[in-house]
Amino acid sequence: MSHLLIAPVLLPAVLGAVIILGLRGDLRWQRGLSLLGTAALVGLALWLNLLAADDTIRVYRLGNWAAPFGIVLVLDRLAALLLLLTAVLALAVQLYAVGSGWDRRGWHFHALWQFQLMGICGAFLTGDAFNLFVFFEVLLIASYGLMVHGGGEMRLRAGVQYIAYNLAGSVLFLAALGVLYAVTGTLNMADMAARVAAIPPGDSALLRTGAVLLVLVFAIKAALVPLHFWLPATYANAPGPVAALFAVMTKVGAYGIMRFMTLVFPQDTVVESVVMDLLLPAALFTLALGQIGVLGSRHLGRLAAFAAIGSVGTLMIAVAQQNPQSTAAAVYYLVHSTLAAGALFLVVDLIGARRGDLWLRPRPAMPGNGLVAVLFFATAIAVTGMPPLSGFIGKLLVMQATAETPAVIWVWAVILLGSLVAIYGMTCAGSLLFWKGAEAGSAAPRAPAGQGLSLAAIAALLAGIVALTVFAGPAMRLAHDTALQLHDQSAYLEAVLSGQEGTK
Amino acid sequence: MEFLLASAIGVMTAAGIYLILRKRSFAVVLGTTMLSYAINLFLFSTGRLVVDAPPVLREGAGVYTDPLPQALVLTAIVISFGMTAVTVMIALGAYLAGGDDRVDMPRADRRPPESDERGDA
Repeated sequence: MSHLLIAPVLLPAVLGAVIILGLRGDLRWQRGLSLLGTAALVGLALWLNLLAADDTIRVYRLGNWAAPFGIVLVLDRLAALLLLLTAVLALAVQLYAVGSGWDRRGWHFHALWQFQLMGICGAFLTGDAFNLFVFFEVLLIASYGLMVHGGGEMRLRAGVQYIAYNLAGSVLFLAALGVLYAVTGTLNMADMAARVAAIPPGDSALLRTGAVLLVLVFAIKAALVPLHFWLPATYANAPGPVAALFAVMTKVGAYGIMRFMTLVFPQDTVVESVVMDLLLPAALFTLALGQIGVLGSRHLGRLAAFAAIGSVGTLMIAVAQQNPQSTAAAVYYLVHSTLAAGALFLVVDLIGARRGDLWLRPRPAMPGNGLVAVLFFATAIAVTGMPPLSGFIGKLLVMQATAETPAVIWVWAVILLGSLVAIYGMTCAGSLLFWKGAEAGSAAPRAPAGQGLSLAAIAALLAGIVALTVFAGPAMRLAHDTALQLHDQSAYLEAVLSGQEGTK
Repeated sequence: MEFLLASAIGVMTAAGIYLILRKRSFAVVLGTTMLSYAINLFLFSTGRLVVDAPPVLREGAGVYTDPLPQALVLTAIVISFGMTAVTVMIALGAYLAGGDDRVDMPRADRRPPESDERGDA
């Protein structure tokens, strides 16, 4: 048993505590330590990916208690990949936050940032349903603090909405866990899977209720229509770097659905059909609403938020198919859409810093117009899924994975028409920002100083997208292996529940 | 016993849902508190209702009550208490910054300020 598995949770937890207790007033040290910690997390995640690449599922038993009784952390390919994605996104976005000075505009930015990372890493690693709830709360509490970072009326108002919505979601989570515990008598995910498989079909009413409640909770986090109402106001009003980090938070919801649908409620149980019948229509509506929202937004932050909703829709279309091929497409698209949404929010923040506000209306040209235009153009291509970037490959994979389904006409129609609408929306926004602005006058405000780090951070995220495009073959093989491992329920059960000699 | 607990959970959930749908943040805070009380009781009942039985091993006890939901309720109480405090603080901040305690976003969140729309910058 390697203690390395718990390091992605412990490292940010300790760092956050050190920063908040020891370095309260010293921003330079806070920045250095926090950046160092996130960089170490990237290294750690890389190492865990190398470990996970041999297809064994590693289990860390906390306190060395035997599995259904103690809490376990489980490292498989999906968990390792998502850890790496989180760490890379966090490092780039944190560089941006330092470069743009966002971390100076309020207290405790770096401590909250580390606690947020702790929650996200823990949620990806844990193999216990109640522990998943606890890590959700950790990441949510930190996200409340980050969401209202810097203050301001609109941000605080949006923060109240965000918190109220998520508190209701947490209550629903507890209700779902309570129902599942009442039916199965366990909270360990592997043990729960074994017991769900043994429940006779005629006796599954309560189990189905619990499963639907749980999927509702994850759908709130993933912002699936009609549970998406918290997202546009939150993302549009959150500080730019925070919104960029939140790009991975919607993916935590998607991860929850993927994990529970493949492990605890796989295809042959009655639960699966009920949930899946709801999930595909919800995903299609989410995609349609996101793309129309991109076209209809008058605020650039809101536009980026709707683009994030649209990407969740595409992702969930693939997740709802529930076969290894579609899951592989989902994993690939998940990585792409997280990087793309993060880059988009950073570019939007960059534009906001230069224009003064984010309303889409003609203003004088901003300083460095050409460079910002190039960055916006590149992220818009990535987000809308146009060639040559990886969004195009991801969309093709999703369409290929849905080619066999009965609803293929609807799925393809929504994806293709939605892309068209989003491209049109992005084009309108871009031409208004960069061309009409240039005509409106040249009384440009001065460029904010010290933007090199910010630009480098955005460039790093875009480089990630380019790498995902150039190395699409190896990335797809990795995604495919991940999907195969995810759909092999018995391997997970065996890793967690058997071979427990030497435990208490 | 069962009826008492079930009706208590039901009434508190109904009151909580009614309150979190109101548009003043004070009512919403009360609503989330109410909901978390209801859910604590509900979690308690998921281990089946047993009266006068010990939760841990004891000499001569034939019937036990499930200790796990009690531990879960304890965690849930701590978390919901902390969450409520955070909500109150941020709602208070929004009230002080915005001048009212409405939960819905004002019109300025969706439309640019009118005075700037004519293009003066």
